[in-house]
Amino acid sequence: MSGEKAGPMGILPILNETPGKKVVVMKYLLKRTALMAVTMLLVSLLAFVAFALISGDTATAMLGTSATPERLAALRAELGLDRPLPMRYASWLAGFFTGDLGMSSQYRQPVWDLLAPKVGVTLWLSLMSFALIILVSIPLGLWSSGRKSGVLGAALNQFCMAAPPFFTGILLSWIFGIGLRWFTPGEFPNAGEDLAGAAVYLFFAALALAIPRIAMTVRMLRSIIREEMGKDYVRTAISRGGSRGYILRRHVLRNALAPVVAFLAQTLAEIVAGSIVVEQVFAIPGLGRMLVASISNRDYAVVQVIVVILAFWVVLAGTLADLLNEGIDPRLRLGGGAA
Amino acid sequence: MKKRGNGFLAAGLLLAGTLAALVLLGMFWTPYDPNAMSAGPKFDSPSLAHLLGTDNFGRDIFSRVLQGAGTTVSIALAALAGGAVCGTAVGAVTGYCGGAADEVLMRLNDALTAFPSILLALVVISILGPGSRFHVTLALGLVFIPSFARVSRTAFAALRDVNYVKSARLMGAPGWRIVLVHILPNTLPVLLPALTIGFNNAVLAEASMSFLGIGVTPPEASLGYMLSEAQGMLFAAPWYAAGTGFAIVLLVFSVGLIGEGLRQRDGGVL
Repeated sequence: MSGEKAGPMGILPILNETPGKKVVVMKYLLKRTALMAVTMLLVSLLAFVAFALISGDTATAMLGTSATPERLAALRAELGLDRPLPMRYASWLAGFFTGDLGMSSQYRQPVWDLLAPKVGVTLWLSLMSFALIILVSIPLGLWSSGRKSGVLGAALNQFCMAAPPFFTGILLSWIFGIGLRWFTPGEFPNAGEDLAGAAVYLFFAALALAIPRIAMTVRMLRSIIREEMGKDYVRTAISRGGSRGYILRRHVLRNALAPVVAFLAQTLAEIVAGSIVVEQVFAIPGLGRMLVASISNRDYAVVQVIVVILAFWVVLAGTLADLLNEGIDPRLRLGGGAA
Repeated sequence: MKKRGNGFLAAGLLLAGTLAALVLLGMFWTPYDPNAMSAGPKFDSPSLAHLLGTDNFGRDIFSRVLQGAGTTVSIALAALAGGAVCGTAVGAVTGYCGGAADEVLMRLNDALTAFPSILLALVVISILGPGSRFHVTLALGLVFIPSFARVSRTAFAALRDVNYVKSARLMGAPGWRIVLVHILPNTLPVLLPALTIGFNNAVLAEASMSFLGIGVTPPEASLGYMLSEAQGMLFAAPWYAAGTGFAIVLLVFSVGLIGEGLRQRDGGVL
């Protein structure tokens, strides 16, 4: 394995590679991007077919009791529902690039106009929550990995993992919203008018989302670092007189990084799913709240687009993690599909 | 290490046992009729007569929590049973047999497990139609198949060629017998913690869905729906949200402790 020889490189070995290896990296990048495109194509196909099969006739649903055969036919032609399924799929797929994603049967508005302002809200909420998780759990995990596990710490950890974000969210809005009046629960400030207010509001929602995830990340960091610290190379480093901090920085962290990155990518995906619930708790006008409302209204044109957007986020997180890990661990790059 | 693992296990079993007894009790008897209006004064704070107080209709919250926990736990258990049995079956066959089917199924599985379970459950529920207990159970059960398939596949594949399996094969034992009698019991150290995690995910997913209003609907009480009700009365009756929410937290916490205890006891077996 040439990976071992490549030991004393920087943290991003791509930067000081020979040109020959750059080609390998480029090939890998291309391969991952192609794989991602294929996955997304499959997801969108599944979402389209599943919802096209069950949604029945959107035109009938939209016209309701005022339906006559002529008006139905006219509306179908207007919505493009009179074309065969593969053609409808192709034009729907193209809609993700042109912005024409059909009409919402509930709101009588183009889906694109309906969703465009909501994507940003959900994105900010998720990124804020992710930043919180990283900022809190990595120092906490490093600190706790140096200590023997206490019963209290482990119990607290389990307790935080057990706290569902919708309950934590209610508790937070009770304490900080109703009690301390730092924000008004249920009234999300318009970010254009009151940026600070919107940020405070989002912060508490992000916190509710982050708490169980922080507990999980700390736990997993701790167990990985402790496992690494028990290995022979660490014993050798200790016997050479390295301090704990030095060994952590110089040897352990780099070896522990790959599984942590994979775990954080999974976290990024879970956060988006969690935001569906948290947006409901805090009445934040994001994609998740829209998804729930559309499921209740059986507004499938909206549901299928939100599903594809959220799926894209999940796939993107996974791909980014793979690429990062490929940069961190040279063995993954040359071994190709090593598990 | 071993001793403390058993401490977690004992504490978890004790707590979960108490909760299970309460939930079972709640299926047959509750202090008040959970749906009876004016079982007590409106917005009564917790007291001996009403352990968790009353809500805006004067309904006894403790009785409602007992009943709601029954709904949540029974849906979670049914979904878990379905998902675990199907998932383990898929994992056992692919892990034991290997081959091309294994490759294809596991790639599909990797793709599915990348998606958060609540998102998958929402997609399934929106296809089946929201608001029905059966649909919620089915959606959750389906969602849990891939994760169990993955866990059990790894365990079965690891045990496929160990000596006692080889010797059973030499003695002419049929494949199903090797899988069920020889390998399955030895995968328990992996499967049991997976079951505790699965149960907790099922409880949280059910509660989330009914909180969102697309799980089971009234008159069937569910902890999640009650919590969304309680959120509207946060100012007048904070004990409603607290009682309901902590019921969920305690349930998940106790089973989490059991899982932690099991992991520490059996750690490193597989």
